[in-house]
Amino acid sequence: MDLTELYQDLILDHGKKPRNFGKCNSANHDAKGHNPLCGDNIHVYLNLDNNNKVKDISFEGSGCAISVASSSIMTEIVKGKSEKKARVLLEAFFKMIKEGQEINKADLTEDEHIKFSSLAGVGRFPMRVKCATLSWHTLRAALDNEKKPINSEIID
Amino acid sequence: MSLKDIKSKFPIFKSNKKLVYLDTANSAQKPKVVVDVMDDFYRNKYSNIGRGVYSLAGIATEAYEQSRRAIKEFVNGSEGEIIFTKNSTESINLVATCFSKFLKEGDEILLSEAEHHSNYVPWHFLRKKKVNIKFIPINNDGELDINKINSLITKKTKIISIIHISNVTGHTSPIKKIIEIAKLKKIPVCIDGTQGVAHANVNLKELDCDFYAFSSHKIYGPAGVGLLFMKSKWLDQFDPFLGGGGMIQNVDLKNITYASGVSKFEAGTMPSAEVVALKEAVHFIDQLKIKNIITHEQNLTNYAIDKLSQINDVEFVGTPSSKSSLFSFNIKGIHSHDVSTVFDQDHIAVRAGHHCCQILHKKMNIVSSIRVSFGIYNNKQDVDTLCESIKKCKKLFKLN
Repeated sequence: MDLTELYQDLILDHGKKPRNFGKCNSANHDAKGHNPLCGDNIHVYLNLDNNNKVKDISFEGSGCAISVASSSIMTEIVKGKSEKKARVLLEAFFKMIKEGQEINKADLTEDEHIKFSSLAGVGRFPMRVKCATLSWHTLRAALDNEKKPINSEIID
Repeated sequence: MSLKDIKSKFPIFKSNKKLVYLDTANSAQKPKVVVDVMDDFYRNKYSNIGRGVYSLAGIATEAYEQSRRAIKEFVNGSEGEIIFTKNSTESINLVATCFSKFLKEGDEILLSEAEHHSNYVPWHFLRKKKVNIKFIPINNDGELDINKINSLITKKTKIISIIHISNVTGHTSPIKKIIEIAKLKKIPVCIDGTQGVAHANVNLKELDCDFYAFSSHKIYGPAGVGLLFMKSKWLDQFDPFLGGGGMIQNVDLKNITYASGVSKFEAGTMPSAEVVALKEAVHFIDQLKIKNIITHEQNLTNYAIDKLSQINDVEFVGTPSSKSSLFSFNIKGIHSHDVSTVFDQDHIAVRAGHHCCQILHKKMNIVSSIRVSFGIYNNKQDVDTLCESIKKCKKLFKLN
């Protein structure tokens, strides 16, 4: 596989300049994720409003280009969505990475679809799957109010 | 046999023609002779050792003990014994666990900031006995600050355990000096020799440490076998580490007496084929002569560091003056795992991450790094391929 498919400009851009980075104000849900193999850490913060909508979402942490880009793209796509939709999206993300299943276009805007699908190539690098999925697992933990940090070695 | 055509002795390079294996510090590839001995043992000579009284069992037991003698000779462990374990990690766990009976609240253990987790975690367990662990600091070059040792040793220091060669920076610890200092104060010393044997001259009679731990799979032998050199006096002073078959003398309903010597520490069925094949690995190294191996690997390390220094954005993790056969680096702005994925496309195998040395990485203010470690089969062409791949990586990540 061509490496430029994995390291697309979009991924490199989000890897270098992550969006929604830092602790967001008024976060009422958060969770931590950890990859003990490489020492990567992520902390996802989100604000779920009274209508169960993700009003705000952000993340902190360090990791490789894939992991940072995946976190950054995730926050952009999930922001403003309902909790239910966020859960549908994270399942779709795991299906895309692990089973190569494309996401239903109707679920996202064109821009969101491009961003979401830019990470599909990671599935062809089995050793890097955990880099891409850690933030999405951590998002689920935040929605579930899971206090125990997510350990990528146990989950994937 | 010479180092020139050495790659041909390793089957892995026949089935993976493009492989550039730069991860020997993680685990060494196996020469055909080692694989053949294991194969022959399982096919033609296998039985458990130290149990049966039939001929086959006798032959297997003798082969196993021959291997012990060969290893003892290889590291000149004349005033002690060789115990077979699972790996270096288990060897150090054995020492820490068995030594703990001599420790009480407030006692001190001295380690260094360069320790692999295998020479820290087993000692950390002893903190539950309210024992304190102190660390000899490392400087920015990754070298142990030997001047700090005297002030760190107190009357409460009960044991010193130090890495021989750092698995991150390649720095050779001044173990001879440390052992000399410790001896004056009658403190036993354990050396984690995992990266030492097969890359440096290890003469345990000269070193005169109490314990020296190393692993078969890092010295071109099979995985699943660890080694622990233990000075004879500890054999009797230590209680057994694991209990079971093979380590007893007599068992009745109320009392058990233990086997004497090394048998006391080898409970249960041991990996006999692996131990027997390890002798062949030692023989293989002996034939090449350790001094030739050291020269070959140090030349390669110097060549690699020189070539990588010429590439912008390459940042080394420590620059110790006493280098061994490995070093670590980062490409500024690119995570080590991304670099490793790019290398992998060029069939280059390196270790990326913290290499089980989080303390050292934290001290250097980094999370992870890429490690290049050489074995006898590497050559300058491998280094040139690595340099090309680094340039490719920089281009991909737009770092030019």
